[in-house]
Amino acid sequence: MRKALTGAYAAAEAMRQINPDVVAAYPITPQTPIMERFAYFVNNGLVDTELIRVESEHSAMSAVVGASAAGARAMTATSSVGLALMFEVVNVASGLRLPIVMNVVNRALSAPINIHGDHSDSMACRDAGWIQIYSENPQEVYEHTLLAIKLSEDHDILLPSMIMQDGFITSHSVEPVDVLDDEVVKQFVGEFKPKHSLLFDKNPLTVGALELYDYFFETKRQQEEAMNVVKQKYYSYAEELSKLTGNKYPMVEKYFLDDAEVAIVALNSAVSTTKVVVDRLRAEGKKVGLLKIRLFRPFPYEEVQDALKNVKFVGVLDRSFSFGADAPVFAEIKNALYDLEVKPKLQSYIFGLGGRELYERDIENAFNQLLSGDVSKEKRYLNLRE
Amino acid sequence: MNIYESVKKQDAISPGHRACAGCAMPIIAKTILSVVDGPVVVSNATGCMEVTTTIYPHSAWNVPWIHNTFENAAATLSGVETAYRALKKRGKITQDFKFIAFGGDGGTYDIGLQSLSGALERGHDFTYVVYDNEGYMNTGGQRSSATPFAANTTTDPVGKVRKGKQEWRKDLLKIAAAHGIKYAAQASISNIPDLLMKAKKAIETKGPTILLILSPCVALWKYPTDKTVEIAKKAVDSNFWPLYEIENGYIKLNYDPKDRKIPVEEFVKLQGRYSHLLKEENKPLLEKLQKQIDEEFEKIKKLSESGLQVF
Repeated sequence: MRKALTGAYAAAEAMRQINPDVVAAYPITPQTPIMERFAYFVNNGLVDTELIRVESEHSAMSAVVGASAAGARAMTATSSVGLALMFEVVNVASGLRLPIVMNVVNRALSAPINIHGDHSDSMACRDAGWIQIYSENPQEVYEHTLLAIKLSEDHDILLPSMIMQDGFITSHSVEPVDVLDDEVVKQFVGEFKPKHSLLFDKNPLTVGALELYDYFFETKRQQEEAMNVVKQKYYSYAEELSKLTGNKYPMVEKYFLDDAEVAIVALNSAVSTTKVVVDRLRAEGKKVGLLKIRLFRPFPYEEVQDALKNVKFVGVLDRSFSFGADAPVFAEIKNALYDLEVKPKLQSYIFGLGGRELYERDIENAFNQLLSGDVSKEKRYLNLRE
Repeated sequence: MNIYESVKKQDAISPGHRACAGCAMPIIAKTILSVVDGPVVVSNATGCMEVTTTIYPHSAWNVPWIHNTFENAAATLSGVETAYRALKKRGKITQDFKFIAFGGDGGTYDIGLQSLSGALERGHDFTYVVYDNEGYMNTGGQRSSATPFAANTTTDPVGKVRKGKQEWRKDLLKIAAAHGIKYAAQASISNIPDLLMKAKKAIETKGPTILLILSPCVALWKYPTDKTVEIAKKAVDSNFWPLYEIENGYIKLNYDPKDRKIPVEEFVKLQGRYSHLLKEENKPLLEKLQKQIDEEFEKIKKLSESGLQVF
């Protein structure tokens, strides 16, 4: 069924259909409409989830860790400083191998305080051991949430997932979203089967023991191995979902890349804007293309390398800094291309911090620079007053 | 549950844990958990109890147990308890579970206060137990808001110009009671029948409850390992640690030493953390400690005798 949904409501719609055992959440702009919508579902009996209206994001993540360890399917959602506040427990969730699924509505981190979208929040969590999936639009938010449940809950994976969408641009914009039937989603996500549970295990389970230098390292090594399994199993779940939706979920998506001489790499809503510019420049006969990053953790290095190997100049769009170093997406793209004999030349572009607009003309300017071979080792900034 | 039945039950914490000889904390955990008949899940804040009972690959726990972080034992358990209700509603669980959180004073009075407050306000069905050793003893004896007046700690040491903690301890039990919870009680390992009675009430009361129990610390209160119960008893007999309950908002003093009351000096003189108080020059500090303890006790006693619903 086609519904008019914002990105936030698309996340809530997926959560309604998943009907998890427990949701714990705390309101924060621009995530709030996810929690509000879900609370509406709970208070009107449209789900029978137990919703814990916690007093902070720290407690939201703490409670879903408790619920998940108890053997429940548990979900939450947050943004920005809320994600920063829960950061301590975000790492516990992955360290304890709990398949929690969380929608993150991207928003700038303070200071200065700012409620609009950039990726400083989720990029700060890129090493926290969570699967990270970035969404171009509400349709993808909806579908990625379903996909994440399957990935996270696989007993060979058991890692938490966060699904990103841009604050306001995606979270508050209404778009048509094709929603599966409730029964189809119920079948797809299936019954949650915990591998271990505080409530179900016959032998009393100890969760969260102290590990010192004699075991800690091995535990962390297993987390890294689980990320490798995500890559191995990703496509089987993606194809299972494709059969239901008709959409494809490649780890990276190529847009007019096959014969492209220059390309831009982007994720989240900037992808849609870039597609418009690619269409226009292609109509002018310019060989431009786009690489969209869907899966950011684990990072699909081989897929990126394969997609960009024949491109001469690549511009990478980052909506956050890694202050004093290469920006997060740029650094990964550079890593992915290292093994190529003939490497594309790269340019890092920073854009959109604190919700600053990214106009088509900004992307067009970047494409024109790439087309003229004008790249540098310095970061460049789109739509910034210097 | 009487004391004989209590000691016959299988311990929730098995022998071989790594707590210090003479530590009060395992006595507290065993005694309280002996009251529980059916299945129970324990949540534990980071601290002495967590560190000494679960060094991987070993676990001393004979009951399901979860440790998350320092400040979130209450929030974590609220997630476990909610999962239990959700799964019970969906017919996946039929047994009746109890839920008990253990936190030290650092993880409760200080960094975990918000998490506790949220869980109390939301009304989860659990009992929160504080084993209060009056400081960050797991990490070498730093000051907490539970540290009593004039005590020597590493972050507020006895120096030439400032002689240990200058503030009075936070009144956690009344803060918890102000949430309108049905049961809150202060107890001591020196009076096991009283502790068992309170544990039973707390655990059997539907909704959130709290037990605050003094947990003398051999290593950092600095006393011989065989003096733990004696020190706990002196804390009670000097009115340093009054035994009282707050039930449905009514305060009830459970024990008044009356003519058996001892000066607080009898309690402090056994402990290295107070050794400076015995010096002549620090007599005013000892007097101030005595005065504050007497005032606190009188308040509780008056409220107990008043018959007023205080909370």
